[in-house]
Amino acid sequence: MFSSFMTNTWTVATIVAVVAGVVGFFVVLRGSAFVADALPTGAFAGAAGASLIGVSTLAGLTVFSLAGALAIGWLGRRSRHDVATALTLVLMLGLGALFLSFSQEYSAEIYSLLFGEVLGISVNEVAPVAALGAVCIVAILVMFRPLMLSSVMPELGEARGVRSYRIEMGFLVVIALATSMALPVVGALLIFSLMIGPPAAARSFTSNPYVALALCVVIAVAAVWTAIAASYASNWPVGFFVGVIGAVCYAAGRGWTAWRGTRAVRAAAERDSGVPAVAC
Amino acid sequence: MSGILGSVFAPGFFGSEPVHVALAVGSVAAIVSGVLGVFTVMRGQSYAGHAFADISITGGSGSFLLGISPIWGFAGTSVLAAGIMDMIGIQRPRGRDLATGIVRGAALGLAALFLYWDTTHTSTTGATVTILFGSMFAITPSTVPVVLALSLAALGIVAVLYRPLLLSSVSSELAFARGIPVRVAGVACLVAIALAVSLSALTIGAILSTALLIGPAATALRLTTRPGQAMAWAVVIGLVTTWLGIVLAYDSFSWPPARHAWPVSFFVVTLIFLCYLAAHLVSPGQRRDPAVGRG
Repeated sequence: MFSSFMTNTWTVATIVAVVAGVVGFFVVLRGSAFVADALPTGAFAGAAGASLIGVSTLAGLTVFSLAGALAIGWLGRRSRHDVATALTLVLMLGLGALFLSFSQEYSAEIYSLLFGEVLGISVNEVAPVAALGAVCIVAILVMFRPLMLSSVMPELGEARGVRSYRIEMGFLVVIALATSMALPVVGALLIFSLMIGPPAAARSFTSNPYVALALCVVIAVAAVWTAIAASYASNWPVGFFVGVIGAVCYAAGRGWTAWRGTRAVRAAAERDSGVPAVAC
Repeated sequence: MSGILGSVFAPGFFGSEPVHVALAVGSVAAIVSGVLGVFTVMRGQSYAGHAFADISITGGSGSFLLGISPIWGFAGTSVLAAGIMDMIGIQRPRGRDLATGIVRGAALGLAALFLYWDTTHTSTTGATVTILFGSMFAITPSTVPVVLALSLAALGIVAVLYRPLLLSSVSSELAFARGIPVRVAGVACLVAIALAVSLSALTIGAILSTALLIGPAATALRLTTRPGQAMAWAVVIGLVTTWLGIVLAYDSFSWPPARHAWPVSFFVVTLIFLCYLAAHLVSPGQRRDPAVGRG
């Protein structure tokens, strides 16, 4: 499991987990799970397009995920955000279907792009992942305070002069970059599950945002390591373990919240009722 | 006249059996998705609507494994997922996308495992692609009656619960004050959406099922604020785009780069997106309903 060819896997997976943990923390905080789902799923159409015209997969992914992020930001500005996300996603997938129909021998690669091919990472894949990962982390650090403010209290952020639309766009671009970094090596499903499960759990254990952020990275890294080890041992796809571990993390967080008693639940309910009222 | 028709409809269009099935199944999917899509968009549950399509992949791949008809796998899994989503809190605004995401992540994880077993045990490598993208021209006519029956069931839920559903979609507080069991209505609505989406995912593919659910309804809700009218518009937009897509895909047999047709899903999705974009640009000033939230 720790032989030389696995070194790249462990390195890349750890970088991806750290980035996914940091970005995912804000994804969950801002309630943009759909975007974090749509960009990886839609971006893989870019990989299909890239293989069709013979450029690198990473370029195709980056172009598609950035274009998707900008489209979601622009369309979502004046209409329902989830509708804009859904329609951008299906448009990207429709293009993907078109590209795939032009190039026939692709179905195995789709499987690996969706579910991850984490056990076969070559050494020249490490550098781009590390570079893009660093860009994501730096971007989050630069935007940290306004991003936090506009995520937690958008009205207060506006009053303090935070341009929430710019922050939203910036954050979408960060998700897009994180997506295109992680997709070729770990698959769309893995990056998405890592962005959702660990942050959802971390948020239940503490209300301090900095502690939650740190906890979230720790859980994400632990989840990835467990998933790879289990995948290596059982030969089952790594996407299965990450998806299930993400759900288990979430369940653990929910269980913890419930166990802490009705008082904490009531406080959480009050916190939730602070956000705009909603149907259903 | 016949010259124009001949240039629009490639020879053999009306005589082709796959085209008949595709038109029939596509129309059913467009009608059911149009009606349920209006509820989906109004309730801000687009993500759930999309997720059911992916989740039904788990059922599809699982039923390959068990050797049962995929239709029961598709429908069963997504109804089950609707129940789980409701249980872990799809009603709350902030938790909604999260709950959907968690369920979808776990379901796709299972799908990865099932597909892995499928491909290692039975070597059906094409299964992933078929399940993901569907193929309108490859529907077996024998599944059509089952699809029809289950679609009618989904529409039936909506017809029976029309007014309570509508009221609870617009304002859950008001519905609650009127004595409507909001939670039950919500579950029923989610189950109907799950049924409709999984059926259309099975027949026309996951991409098109999301596109037909969200696109026409969102476009219609930009054109009118009355739910009944919006449903009529959504059905019309869905039908027209589906038919046009099928015609274009049939025509594209003779387009470059030759050999085979362009995918139907590409045409339909593009047409739907263009419709939405047009509505978006024509009526940009429409205020976002605060009761519906950002979703």
